[in-house]
Amino acid sequence: MTVIQKKPVNPIGHLTAEDIEIIGKELDALRDRVLAERGESDARYIRKVIKTQRSLEMGSRAVLLFSLFPPAWLIGTAGLSIAKILENMEIGHNILHGQYDFMRDPKIHSTTWEWDHVSPADQWKHSHNQLHHTYTNVLGKDNDLGYGIMRVDEDQKWHPMHLGQPLWNFLNACFFEYGIAAYDLELGRNLQKGRHKAPEFRARARAVGRKIRRQVLKDYVIHPLLSGPSFLSTLAATFTANMIRNVWSHSVIMCGHFPNGVETFSKTSIEGETRGEWYLRQMLGSANISGSRLMHIMTGNLSFQIEHHLFPDLPSKRYQEIAPEVRALFDRYGLKYTTGPLPKQVASAWWKVIRLSLPNRRTAMPAAPADERRVPALAASGA
Amino acid sequence: MPFCRDHRIMTTTVPRSTATPSLRGRILRLAAAVTTPLLPDDYLDLVAPLRAGADLRGRVLAVRPETADAATLVIRPGRDWRGHTPGQYVRLGVDVDGVRQWRAYSVTSAPGPRNGPIAITVKAIPDGVVSNHLVRRTRPGTLVHLDQARGDFVLPATAPRRVLFVTAGSGVTPVMGILRSGALAGADVVVVHSAPTPADVIFGAELRALADAGDLRLVERHTDSAGLLTVDDLAALVPDHLDRETWACGPRGLLDALEAHWADADRAELLHTERFRPVVVTPGEGGTVTFGRAGVTVAADGATPLLDAGEAAGVLMPSGCRMGICFGCVLPLRSGAVRDLRNGALTTAVPGDGVVIQTCVSAAAGPCHIDH
Repeated sequence: MTVIQKKPVNPIGHLTAEDIEIIGKELDALRDRVLAERGESDARYIRKVIKTQRSLEMGSRAVLLFSLFPPAWLIGTAGLSIAKILENMEIGHNILHGQYDFMRDPKIHSTTWEWDHVSPADQWKHSHNQLHHTYTNVLGKDNDLGYGIMRVDEDQKWHPMHLGQPLWNFLNACFFEYGIAAYDLELGRNLQKGRHKAPEFRARARAVGRKIRRQVLKDYVIHPLLSGPSFLSTLAATFTANMIRNVWSHSVIMCGHFPNGVETFSKTSIEGETRGEWYLRQMLGSANISGSRLMHIMTGNLSFQIEHHLFPDLPSKRYQEIAPEVRALFDRYGLKYTTGPLPKQVASAWWKVIRLSLPNRRTAMPAAPADERRVPALAASGA
Repeated sequence: MPFCRDHRIMTTTVPRSTATPSLRGRILRLAAAVTTPLLPDDYLDLVAPLRAGADLRGRVLAVRPETADAATLVIRPGRDWRGHTPGQYVRLGVDVDGVRQWRAYSVTSAPGPRNGPIAITVKAIPDGVVSNHLVRRTRPGTLVHLDQARGDFVLPATAPRRVLFVTAGSGVTPVMGILRSGALAGADVVVVHSAPTPADVIFGAELRALADAGDLRLVERHTDSAGLLTVDDLAALVPDHLDRETWACGPRGLLDALEAHWADADRAELLHTERFRPVVVTPGEGGTVTFGRAGVTVAADGATPLLDAGEAAGVLMPSGCRMGICFGCVLPLRSGAVRDLRNGALTTAVPGDGVVIQTCVSAAAGPCHIDH
């Protein structure tokens, strides 16, 4: 990845400002169509997923009361892992995006929902919905690019710390929910700048502390205690389930913006950005994962990352429905719709993490594009 | 003996009443620690949505057509239902096209045994999202959301001896609840009811049977042929109407005329009215509305109720009848000005205030800050 404006061949160089605005209008029309259809089937869907998830979680935890028996451990751990994945991905992430706010059900609403995750919902909503979704893939603005601990773009400055990033990434995958909590708190930056004593930061840190305490108490104390003689095996089971959930969501999320083919953007390129340009940035800054219906549900439909980034607040099951039309739009305008099976996308993202742990090779740095006229295509209105 | 028994109960319950909550509290805290970040209620709702302690809900047991466009829903309320006084209404929330909608409907059943079913009767109004859904598309087994019964369109503790009811359309519904309760047994009751045709009279057969049995005098006004009821008509039909304690429920025009008539005769205290039709809109100037806790600011014009503006912006607004009667939507106005869409009255608040306003009938009249 290189900031799009520095590429030898600008992938949007062939688009005129007019084209970009037409793309925006087409996507607005698509969104309006889905909004008009949105209703009972979406409400039924999310309630069904919630009911399934809760039954699965209760059932799995009940089985784990007898986790001393290896078959119970295996079944319970598998069930709990799936329940936790569903809860974070298809339910939590999407409800917290406000995808189901239209239902006006106070129990399924972005302002009241809390999830099975150590980062409190309101902090995650701020860093994810407001920052990441607004500044997607803008270097220096979107902290999701490497989460502030890694270098995932040639245009991010190399630092010796990055030598260790394959290891950081592995640890982050295993303890992803804690990584996200620290990220939502902007822990690193706040510590560096000595803001850790500011009352606002302390209040937020305390909220995270409370959330961690409740989560740890539930998973590692109360449920093991309820298991009696199976204390240790239940503890191991919930730890494993959390780990599986963490690695899974980390992998899915890495596939959203890190694989090859995804573009990044410079800070100046989004000044005065139009609606059409914003859409275009989301189109080029995201990558999908191909796979079965079950795989899509388990990723919370983040396998339709492109569609999700275009319309973050549409009910997730709609992404699959509109994907063929979105893809046709990419084709019509000669844009690259990045997608691939999960193993390939995960490998691609990991390869980038490994490759960019080293500084750029000189030859890898592309020359400035000859055709300056095309450079500001993404900021056509600002030009 | 009764004293002794009471005394014994007191001595045994007093220590228990201090121990029980703490034990119960501890169990609840433990249960909450088991289910965090959800609450135990979230799991219990899956299997026992009508249990005590749950949000108040009801299960539709039957839907009975009353007329071509009205139906009665028989609902088993949750365990925490506290019952109703005849004439009161209940706020009911139902999901229509996946969206939770709240409306207020009169309870038409007589008070029954505790946890017994209740009935509400709904008339489908043209373009009425909720009323049409309830009358035509609701099936037995549907779970609906309820609020406790409210409203002061009720008989006084001692039922008056001479009573007049003036109703029109679905305005008969609270009156039916009163008639069925039997509280007026032996009283001199006159019901003057307006409906387009005889077939449109909700509870027509039951009212006529009560009249035939001599329990009341029924005057049906079929407005398709006879035109709308006027105050003069009423005076001719019920010459002693001003001597009767009167309850009236129907469209705004009728109620306005009755109120003026009773006031002119200096008998206003004998007339009780219940308004059930939407309000007349008086457009104001509009402004930006900030929903403080939701962190949402929207521009709203002077004709849009704050409730609609909030909902359109995705704020989870409390709501009820949406016509200014049930106070299910009230929120504190912290600062700014709002105009009452019914009469144009201006309400203002300065920072520090918490003037409670009805968001369904209030529009922005300049920038305003709502604490929600």
